[in-house]
Amino acid sequence: MAFVELHQVQKNFATATAVENFNLDVERGEFVSFLGPSGCGKTTTLRMIAGFEVPSSGTIRLNGADVTNLPPNKRNVGMVFQSYALFPNMTVAENIAFGMTVARKPKEEITKRVDEMLRLIHLPQLGNRYPYQLSGGQQQRVALARALAIQPQVLLLDEPLSALDAKIRVSLRQEIRAIQRTLGITTIYVTHDQEEAMSLSDRIVVMSNGRMEQVGTPFEIYNFPKTQFVASFVGTLNQLQARVSDAASGKLDVEGQTIYAAKPFEKMTGETVAIALRPEMIDLDGSGESEENHLQGTVEDTTFLGSIVRTRVRLRDSIISFDTFNNPNLTLPRASEKITMSFPRDAVLILEQNAAPVQA
Amino acid sequence: MNARAARNVSWFSWIVIVIGAIYFLAPLVGTFAYSLTALRDQLSFAAYQRAFADPKFVESFVYSNLLAVATIIASVLLIVPTTYWVHLYLPKLRPVVEAISLLPFVIPAITLVFGYIRVYSRPVDVLGIDLIPPLLSTSASTNIVLVAGYTVLSMPYMYRAVDNGLRAIDVRRLTEAAQSLGAGWGTILFRVILPNLRTALLSGALLTFAIVVGELTLATFLGIPAFGPYLQQLGQHKAYEPSALTIVSFLLTWVAMVLISFVTRGDTRSAAGTH
Ligand SMILES: Nc1ncnc2c1ncn2[C@@H]1O[C@H](COP(=O)(O)OP(=O)(O)OP(=O)(O)O)[C@@H](O)[C@H]1O
Ligand SMILES: [Mg+2]
Repeated sequence: MAFVELHQVQKNFATATAVENFNLDVERGEFVSFLGPSGCGKTTTLRMIAGFEVPSSGTIRLNGADVTNLPPNKRNVGMVFQSYALFPNMTVAENIAFGMTVARKPKEEITKRVDEMLRLIHLPQLGNRYPYQLSGGQQQRVALARALAIQPQVLLLDEPLSALDAKIRVSLRQEIRAIQRTLGITTIYVTHDQEEAMSLSDRIVVMSNGRMEQVGTPFEIYNFPKTQFVASFVGTLNQLQARVSDAASGKLDVEGQTIYAAKPFEKMTGETVAIALRPEMIDLDGSGESEENHLQGTVEDTTFLGSIVRTRVRLRDSIISFDTFNNPNLTLPRASEKITMSFPRDAVLILEQNAAPVQA
Repeated sequence: MNARAARNVSWFSWIVIVIGAIYFLAPLVGTFAYSLTALRDQLSFAAYQRAFADPKFVESFVYSNLLAVATIIASVLLIVPTTYWVHLYLPKLRPVVEAISLLPFVIPAITLVFGYIRVYSRPVDVLGIDLIPPLLSTSASTNIVLVAGYTVLSMPYMYRAVDNGLRAIDVRRLTEAAQSLGAGWGTILFRVILPNLRTALLSGALLTFAIVVGELTLATFLGIPAFGPYLQQLGQHKAYEPSALTIVSFLLTWVAMVLISFVTRGDTRSAAGTH
């Protein structure tokens, strides 16, 4: 049995349905991210787990117990907000101690745990400061310590790094991951930043329009996006329309040229499918093994990006871009030059429609 | 040319300031001077001594102070939870609540007090059941009506102060943070919300204090021996003492103002840092 279970969870607001058909099992100690664009329902889902919103239907279980209608102060769930939400009238130490004083823990235990937490977040000297005397990054670390101090069953974080600048964002994100590993705490993390989700998570839930598009490890999400939405939201995949020439042999027609997918797929001949090509698997035609796919096109432009060079090539209607590693002996293709690109069959991904509509 | 224009402007503003100062200070200075002439042919504080020596002064002043304290407590208990709730769950209703809080500016105190007299001289009954006994029949229970009335009169100030205080913090997030840490409503109100409203409550309380201690209409018509009616009677029978007490009450108000600005200043820094 999973540690956090969401079963058929749905949330309707007066004006809109924010989340529907949400099913997720999070294992004990797992780090799961909700990734998706603004307004896709990440926060709403997290708030239902925290107890700030009650689902319109469906059940939420924590450690086997049904908490769907339990108020937030009875759930023992730690929450970290984008805006830190430290209590301005309390010192750092008092903030961290808050949950334990509410629970009437003995004084010595509280002091000990506050010290422990301050060391965990690498701010052992700052216990007597007030929140307004701290930087944003320090405040967010205190907020993390405050949430962890009550030894919650689950740690929930809603875009905790969005208010910080880029450098701190990266270092704090590594720190969060390290702390999560050390404590082995089950964690759900909301973000709209794919790099953040990729680098932190054991599994990612990609969401759009209140629905789950795909659930998988960062590797799976990045390398095998299931739908057009995931493919366009994650990474820099080339997306193309293709016509099925022969589904059984994986044969596809892309704007008059023939390519093959690695596996047969279930489509009718003549149907149009969305496919994705991974830019890092495309090469300028050199050797040309018999198994490989080839596409011919005209170079639009090349962009020098430091360690890689990105070339954009026009087929008939659409544009494909691919990356070559930079090296001093490289001869870059010139604009309007005709070139042939080659790539293996498994660089071709067949995408599904976006998240299936709910069955009525 | 610009410099001359600027000089003209500064001339003009100085004139305005001087006229304003004369307008405000002249009566005060006059009153003060007059209050010093209680003894023939010499300046003295005799009027002050006599005013303070009157046992009725002490009685009514203490009485009004107690009423003020009761009013402040009642108004904090009424307004803080209401305003907090509106901020948290009904932010759209804020303009409505604000309009209600301003009603005492629109409806004169005299209307309020005659309404009270009409309603509370008899038992208040709903569908033939006596819900509230005739509150105005004993002086003890009349105090309840009076404090209720003062709470209404102080509403514009108290509400505004609390509303501003709540606007300076992220009420919703702080409440949720406290909830997720296991806190119930009582803990949240007393340990998270109220401490962050300290400044707001203090300025609301001082303004309430100033209103209640000098209030005349409600106290007179409800027949309560408060400080306002006492001052008025004094004015009808004595010459110098009312001037002396006027000066004293001005001083008290000023002390209150200085206190407010002092306390408020100490807090802006921490409020600014909490965003
Ligand atoms: N209290 C509410 N009342 C009405 N609609 C709401 C409420 N809260 C959220 N919504 C709507 O539900 C949808 C999902 O909102 P949610 O805040 O969960 O999105 P999100 O994925 O967290 O977006 P963001 O990245 O911008 O934070 C949005 O369309 C939003 O307008
Ligand atoms: Mg959100």
